[in-house]
Amino acid sequence: MRNYLTEETTIWSWLATTDHKRIGLMFFVLTSLSLMVGGALAMVLRLEHLTPNYTIMGPQAYNQVFTLHGVIMVWFFLIPSIPAAFGNFFVPIMLGARDVAFPRLNLATVYIYIVGALIVFIGMVAGGTDTGWTFYPPYSSQTYTMLLPVLLGVFILGFSTILTGLNLIVTIHTLRTKGMGFMQMPLFVWAMYGVSVIQVIATPVLGMVLLLTTLDHGLDWGFFDPARGGDVVLFQHLFWFYSHPAVYIMVLPAMGVISDVIPTFAHKNPLSYKAIAYSTFGIAFVGFLTWGHHMFVSGMSTFSAGIFGVLSMFVGIFSAIKVFTWVGTLYKGSVSLKTPLFYVFAFLFLFVFGGMTGIAVATVSLDVHWTDTYFVVAHFHFIMVGASLTAWLAGLHYWWPKMTGRMYSEPWGIAAAVLVFLGFIATFFPQFLLGNGGMPRRYYYYPEKFWPLHVMSTAGSWVLGLGLVIALIYLSWSIFYGPKAPPNPWGGRTLEWTTASPPPTHNFEVSPTLGQGPYDYSRPIGG
Amino acid sequence: MYEARLLEHFEDMEKQRHAAKLGMWIFLGSELLFFNGLFTIYAFYRVAYPVHFRGAIEHNIKWLGTINTAVLVAGSLCVALAANFLRMGRRLIAVVLTLCTALAGVTYVVIKSIEYGIHFSEGIYPGGVGRFYQEHPEPGFKVFFTSYFATTGLHVIHVAGGVILLTWMAWWIHRDRVGPAGAYRLGIAGLYWHFVDIIWLFLWPMYYLLGAHTK
Repeated sequence: MRNYLTEETTIWSWLATTDHKRIGLMFFVLTSLSLMVGGALAMVLRLEHLTPNYTIMGPQAYNQVFTLHGVIMVWFFLIPSIPAAFGNFFVPIMLGARDVAFPRLNLATVYIYIVGALIVFIGMVAGGTDTGWTFYPPYSSQTYTMLLPVLLGVFILGFSTILTGLNLIVTIHTLRTKGMGFMQMPLFVWAMYGVSVIQVIATPVLGMVLLLTTLDHGLDWGFFDPARGGDVVLFQHLFWFYSHPAVYIMVLPAMGVISDVIPTFAHKNPLSYKAIAYSTFGIAFVGFLTWGHHMFVSGMSTFSAGIFGVLSMFVGIFSAIKVFTWVGTLYKGSVSLKTPLFYVFAFLFLFVFGGMTGIAVATVSLDVHWTDTYFVVAHFHFIMVGASLTAWLAGLHYWWPKMTGRMYSEPWGIAAAVLVFLGFIATFFPQFLLGNGGMPRRYYYYPEKFWPLHVMSTAGSWVLGLGLVIALIYLSWSIFYGPKAPPNPWGGRTLEWTTASPPPTHNFEVSPTLGQGPYDYSRPIGG
Repeated sequence: MYEARLLEHFEDMEKQRHAAKLGMWIFLGSELLFFNGLFTIYAFYRVAYPVHFRGAIEHNIKWLGTINTAVLVAGSLCVALAANFLRMGRRLIAVVLTLCTALAGVTYVVIKSIEYGIHFSEGIYPGGVGRFYQEHPEPGFKVFFTSYFATTGLHVIHVAGGVILLTWMAWWIHRDRVGPAGAYRLGIAGLYWHFVDIIWLFLWPMYYLLGAHTK
């Protein structure tokens, strides 16, 4: 039978496609390439820290590598990885629609992404920049490195993010199939809705900040230059007004994946559908009111700091609601232990650990000690990698049969998941100890006493990298040699499992009607 | 005669219209947040330098800003009327009114350019450069005019975008690609114009009026 991959096979049919599945797949390839580049840079950074002094590169190269690692991982991998790839691919199918609301606009987002990525790539080849991914002035106004292409590339990429969000919101509002109200949507769609709202609200503020930084750096306009009346702390406020919600752009889609994977492998209805759906919006809303916790030591009144600290802790409450609901869904379920579920377990452990340290750093008195140390680095890597990356891997293994029509090797999948989990812990747990001991982030040299923990962290990164390389190998192998996937290999109840693997060009042979709810495991399929 | 075409992935015309409108509203919401960065800058620095800001506002030519306000609002009226006439099937008058809005945009850009020219001749450039700042060395003046150039500059770009959009719409109506059933498209283009107009209704007091009368 013909499917979306074999319907047309010319190169032009890919370059000019308006099929949301092809666009999602292209985003999947592009973001995976970004992950490889960003990951390689991370390995290089860890290798440099194998010894306290010079190992493989000088201090200036080190600054440029950690800046690019941050820029690529945040904007080119984490932010688009789930919404633009899996979101584009699966939201219309889960809603029973034939495509997204604006298919041509959707295609444009791919090209905007490519243009932004190319410009950053040019900047990277032409020498890179050394400000860190946060671009703080006054240094960002003065650095002589290639900052402009990086600012410009990220600025352009922002439009891709905004338009993807816009498209998904309109799709969810107007293209749900007959009989599907908001409360019958799969939880992944709820997460994509929440994240799209953040994308359209927060990203333009980043765009403006980048534009102003460009004017400061390129034309010397001095918006943030105190000699001309400017204020550097104002930059930090504007930057974090975007960049803190950006954390939820990265983690809410991850939560959406987890919310869909758990019921499928527990063969059980979610403990509370509404608790998960509403807490998504709780996080999206409170996430806009917490940015000040990045600036406790930048000159802020004790009162404001206290307020920002307390508001930040609200995120913990909404996240805990989700975690308890997920665990409650697994409880007394008929659990089948497959690769995606291993990643879910990794997610649950690492997310709770990362979240609890988040409550700790939101406490002002403690944060003063931990600011700009490896403690903070470890905390946000637990969320960004420990939660978002493992959820991305869970989603990847969950939907791989649907996207490619092939099954991967289950034993290898589980082996890779275990390596990723252990490697991650070995890499980032020592960094909590390093930070608490006083090791500042972004430092090239470090005292001898930190050496053993740095060695552990570097060794861990090799295990983590090995796990990801194994995943890359068996997944690539499965495309050519893997057994053909049935339409519903896991016994899922959401609409994407009712169509063929891979789906036909228009998703469904006949427009689906919603019989069973998205998670009705009380009856057999079709029963 | 033009017939609105139903795209295959929509259930009916009503949903297709709804999608287009919702898309524009979300885009404008996003645009508003884009400008918000500049509004924040203005508010923050105005609180820091209230006296200098008042002095700098006095320096701006009030009546040029006021004429521009009238020009933009007139443009808004024209495009709203144009959408109504198009819905009633009166194509020619709709084309003329849409072009009037585009013309209002051109007028705005011309007046704004004259204003910039006056600023430059007085030695006021963005970034605190120029001889004006030798007489007014206080930092508040520098940051006021830098913010003025950035904010109104971004706004002028949006007006110019509106001119292109509405000229294109006029051409489409003329070629019968947007008929009465597709009048909602002109309405959506009009939404963009109203947005640009409303942003200016905030910039006008911010840079020409607020506090200029107090000594």
